[in-house]
Amino acid sequence: MRRLLSTLIACLSCQAWAAGSDYQLTPLPIAEGVYSFIGEQADFTPSNGGNIVNTGFIVGTEGVVVIDTGPSRRYGEQMRAAIARITPKPIALVINTHHHPDHFLGNQAFADAPIGALAETGKGIASEGDAFAENLFRLTGDWMSGTELKAPDQTLQAGPLKAGGRSLILLALKGHTDADLAVFDEDSATLFAGDLVFNLRAPTTPHANLTHWKDTLQALDAFMKDHRVRALVPGHGPIARDARPIAWTRDWLTWLDRSLRESAAEGLDMNETLARPLPEAYRDIPVSGAEYRRSVGHLFPAAETHSLQHNN
Amino acid sequence: MIKLASTLACAILLTTAVTPPVLATERPTDPLDSPRWSDMEKGMLSGAPYVFDTRVRVDAPGTAENPLNVPITIDATALADVKEILVFADFNPILEILRFYPDAAPAYIGFRAKLQQSTPVRAAVRTGDGVWHVGGTLVNTVGGGCTAPSMGSTSSEWQKRLNEVTTRTWNEGPMSGRLRMRIIHPMDTGLIAGIPPFHLESVVLSDEAGHPLARLEVSQPVSENPVFTLSRGSTTGALQAHGRDNNGNTFNVRIPQ
Ligand SMILES: [Zn+2]
Repeated sequence: MRRLLSTLIACLSCQAWAAGSDYQLTPLPIAEGVYSFIGEQADFTPSNGGNIVNTGFIVGTEGVVVIDTGPSRRYGEQMRAAIARITPKPIALVINTHHHPDHFLGNQAFADAPIGALAETGKGIASEGDAFAENLFRLTGDWMSGTELKAPDQTLQAGPLKAGGRSLILLALKGHTDADLAVFDEDSATLFAGDLVFNLRAPTTPHANLTHWKDTLQALDAFMKDHRVRALVPGHGPIARDARPIAWTRDWLTWLDRSLRESAAEGLDMNETLARPLPEAYRDIPVSGAEYRRSVGHLFPAAETHSLQHNN
Repeated sequence: MIKLASTLACAILLTTAVTPPVLATERPTDPLDSPRWSDMEKGMLSGAPYVFDTRVRVDAPGTAENPLNVPITIDATALADVKEILVFADFNPILEILRFYPDAAPAYIGFRAKLQQSTPVRAAVRTGDGVWHVGGTLVNTVGGGCTAPSMGSTSSEWQKRLNEVTTRTWNEGPMSGRLRMRIIHPMDTGLIAGIPPFHLESVVLSDEAGHPLARLEVSQPVSENPVFTLSRGSTTGALQAHGRDNNGNTFNVRIPQ
């Protein structure tokens, strides 16, 4: 009995150890030289350590382009180690698609490489990065130890970019935040859409402008057709070989926008809006209830303002 | 003696639905089990008789993602003869959030508040007999709501729009009788060095003839650019709203039906 117990304890602590330090990052091959690390479709928790995001890398003739670096220093280090198991080539460029913490807090592991982002993204990371990191500490715990802010040191612009010997097209867009970068790899026709596209995982909206975001999705849809995109890597959720995640994201945002406006027009207050049930189709979508509630907090005040009339 | 006994019986009859008001020797147990309750009882209710009463409904999210904008709805319409509703949060640095006097309006109010940390949010509802009926709910939050600067105090836009009022009334359907009112105001708490308290202090709603419908005493924890949800009950016609902040700025608006 005592032996059984100690085995159990050993096992438990071994699991706890595994849960607390190893993200078990396995690169998913998408095309020749193109890989992604697919995160869980969940909220930030102490068990997933914030690994709820998709990151990726592209191996060129001269070096590696890294797209987003995950939620912590540890994630960045493990990502870099996983890349090194695929290729010995140096890191040519790290790209942060936007200023949300699960996309740039692994930057420290790439401090010796150039780290690029749109100008607004750089500003957002500099001003809000520390608060984001603090919040992730609170939500995930020990996984974050040693994580410090490492802001991008290069400003990226829309248009073609040669990096690591690979031909990329950078798309400077907005809607999920004020500055969202999508990265297109010409050789493989792979589009890394960042958080502009969610796939079967409820979109997050802390800095969203739904009108801009929906316009951007339309532009991305057109880009997919024009450039015959063969693989689409969303910021969260499984990768796709077609444009369905774009339509899926647009449908969610359209429903959310309409639902909040209707709610405000009907005279509901925030608590009543929070209590509204999700449509049948979204009830089983990962974290849909939690993201809806967060979105009400972010977006309902504007919908409400819209529904009121001036008296003075 | 006989008279006293019958008065007592009457009191018991009236209060069978709830715990009787506290006597000096027995104190009701706080259903939210807050270590601050005895302070609240003394400080907020000044030792007046009270009961915890589930007929006072306090609705707020169990987990509030944004401590600057925690939606709170108080519904005490199940109680008769409501004179005053006092809303407070046990663990806020400024305890009192607002007081609502539903003179001729139903005892119902919704608004948003800033919470500094996880806390019980309470509504103490005073009825005509002088007894406070206390309801409440726990709100978990990451905190910081009271010591974060308002958007207003960090931009200059509000100065042009201070006390700008937007409203809407609903006269039919499920929300018939509802009034929503938003007032542009930074609602600075005074808890941040260099930013003095600057907040809406009172709002009085009256009917077209000037009879008071409801009065609000607003404290700093009410969120920036407050939005109030009220019910006008059976009062018809246009309404008037008069407001004043702690710096003496006022507004006076007519709200068409
Ligand atoms: Zn994001």
